[in-house]
Amino acid sequence: METVWFLLLTGALGAYVVLDGFDLGVGMLSVLVAKTDAEKRQLYRSVGPVWDGNEVWLLASGGTMFLAFPKLLATGLSGFYLPIMLVLWLLLLRALSIELRHQLHDSMWTALWDALFFASSLLLVVVFGAALGNVLRGVSYGPDGHFFAPLWTTFLPIAPVGALDWFTVTIALESVVVLALHSALWLEWRTDEQVERRAAALADRLFWLALVGAGVATALSLYVQPRLLAGLAQRPWVFACVLPVGALLLVPILRKRGRKGAAFVASALHIGGLLLAAALSLYPWMLPGTEAGSGLTVQTAKAADYSLMVGLCWWLPALGLVLFCQRYVYRQLPAKFSLEDDVAH
Amino acid sequence: MDTLAAHRLQFAFTITYHYLFPQLTMGLACLIFLLKTRAHFFQDDASGRAARFCLRIFGLSFVMGVVTGIPMEFQFGTNWARFSAMSGGIIGQTLAMEGMFAFFLESSFLYLLLYAEDRIGPRLHWLMSLLLFVGTWLSGFFIVCTNAWMQHPVGYRVAPDGTLELTSIGALLTNPWAFVEYAHTMNGALITGCFTMSALGAFYVLRGRASEAAERMLKVGVIVGVLAAISAAAPTGDLQARLVAKYQPVGFAAMEGHFHTEDGAGLTLVGQPNMDSQTLDNPLVVPNVLSLLTFQRWNARVLGLNEFPRSEWPDNIPLLYYAYHIMAGLGTIFIALMGSAALLLWRGKLASCRPVLWALLLAVPLPFIANTAGWMTAELGRQPWIIHGVLRTSAGSSAHVSGGNVLFTLLGFMGLYSLLSLLFVLLVARIIAAGPSDAPSAHASEH
Repeated sequence: METVWFLLLTGALGAYVVLDGFDLGVGMLSVLVAKTDAEKRQLYRSVGPVWDGNEVWLLASGGTMFLAFPKLLATGLSGFYLPIMLVLWLLLLRALSIELRHQLHDSMWTALWDALFFASSLLLVVVFGAALGNVLRGVSYGPDGHFFAPLWTTFLPIAPVGALDWFTVTIALESVVVLALHSALWLEWRTDEQVERRAAALADRLFWLALVGAGVATALSLYVQPRLLAGLAQRPWVFACVLPVGALLLVPILRKRGRKGAAFVASALHIGGLLLAAALSLYPWMLPGTEAGSGLTVQTAKAADYSLMVGLCWWLPALGLVLFCQRYVYRQLPAKFSLEDDVAH
Repeated sequence: MDTLAAHRLQFAFTITYHYLFPQLTMGLACLIFLLKTRAHFFQDDASGRAARFCLRIFGLSFVMGVVTGIPMEFQFGTNWARFSAMSGGIIGQTLAMEGMFAFFLESSFLYLLLYAEDRIGPRLHWLMSLLLFVGTWLSGFFIVCTNAWMQHPVGYRVAPDGTLELTSIGALLTNPWAFVEYAHTMNGALITGCFTMSALGAFYVLRGRASEAAERMLKVGVIVGVLAAISAAAPTGDLQARLVAKYQPVGFAAMEGHFHTEDGAGLTLVGQPNMDSQTLDNPLVVPNVLSLLTFQRWNARVLGLNEFPRSEWPDNIPLLYYAYHIMAGLGTIFIALMGSAALLLWRGKLASCRPVLWALLLAVPLPFIANTAGWMTAELGRQPWIIHGVLRTSAGSSAHVSGGNVLFTLLGFMGLYSLLSLLFVLLVARIIAAGPSDAPSAHASEH
């Protein structure tokens, strides 16, 4: 039962990264792909109707973790107190920048929110990437099974480590590259004119960075967390997840054939595959400790069986409802957010 | 500042600030749905214009509610780790339900409701207003259900490792406390929505910018407002008070400022709790009424604080007492004000009665204060417990987050929320200055 919830939680987090990933990426790329105010508005329009729904996957993941793995939520969130608070503040500023920018037509007002949209999106991706790095590498538990991670200590590869160190920052940079590519593909697919052309040019270059980055990040992760390899050795079928990771290779092929939507989906598969592969090789560990054998597993973090069972009874139908709503919203989007069609806001 | 106080202050500050917005959006969501229904099914374009205008205020308030709401869910884990680890299998259910059922509904349809009226057509637009109404009120139910379980835990048992296990999801969702608390809470939200909407209508009439849309707002606000104001006192408020008296007698005694057990206890209208002498200073008391209201008997015995050990007393009795009396006092004012306005409306004289219009306009902050005071009564009255009778608040906070770190983030929230307040006032003032459109809109042809 807890394994089912482990997969559902991974799926919900994966949905968050893939969906909010592209609108976060649009924020990161906003300074590169949009020069004029009309182009900036085009960017905002391309995420305006969906960013909130995308972000709800983060709240849903939080709720799901609370329900199924309360000890993980309690230990993890209080241990990463400062990074989490940073995330909350950044989410707040970013939501404001998307929702308030269009409320006043004033160049200083929009310049302020544009800068905040860029900075908060970039920093969020960095913090989320570092969070993934921390989960992979593990944290230093105290004798009572809790921990408190300092934001940083020293960036040298020696203990004690903070939430930001050489490994987690590397994973963060890889996340920036992967999500930048992801959103460049979204913009190439769903916008036109200059923004589309600039996004396409960026995607060309980001593809190679992402390819190298995926290799480096995988190698480093296997190096800092031996449990990943052990997990892989126990469950060789996890290698099947390499297939979606390989979808990255399809991106340039699909783009060359003009199938921009498919290229975006391939990038989504790549991201989902990376997360799934990481989660499955780590299983049963959810938040490993840096000491051998320490950490929270699905068994030690889980709620009582009754909770897990009744939770499943409503969670799955609710998922159907969520997918129906989100499908409806995405189908309402125009095929292209055209530069000229500037009325929505 | 001691660490526990910092944790409590941060949660109190962020939740109090947050709830200024949901009470407005939940109230407005219902009223906007009523206006949309009138516009769509009774071909009343003025109601449609009023709804469109209120949606702009709704949209802005909703954004504020979302950005201040996200920290709430995560603070369970960051600041109240021991409480979360102990009870996550139970309250995680309702909190996850809110995410999966309500948030997705709201986030999916808000954008279409706000920006796509022309594109989706009147029928779908009406449907979106219904879904948003349902979404916001569902959200309220799951949160109140979570709180109700902390006030009156049901359907659980203590596991061998000391954590709490859910034994009945049915009991959790049909907690009698949850129904009464939900009715009273939504009642309060509706009052906020009604006062806001009727104040906007009154403002335009006073300003000499009376329009059909402004009159619709005034009318809907006052008619729903008088009903909501009355039902906040009885039945919902009355039922809530009786539940508190039954299950949290010490909290009940504290909020009434009732230090000593009495047969035929009086209802205190005014007075200041004196914790040193354990009496009320300058009391104004209506004899026997507390017994009558609580137990429906003139001479019923009402237990005083003296019956309970000090360790079970709420830790801030004067604040609890004032919060409750402010809420109840304002509630009485609401009935009087909305009652007079409704009477004038019925006689067709409201739009020309400037003193009452002024009173409606100036009363806007009061329901926000009353709702806040009501929640303070609930939460301070539950102390010293975080889960009533099960886990003390002092045993629920995160053990490894130092007071310095909490103070740092508390100050951060205060700074950010000050910025939010400025932005909200600036933008809402612009929306109000622009006002509802007077001319029958292009949308009218679609009806």
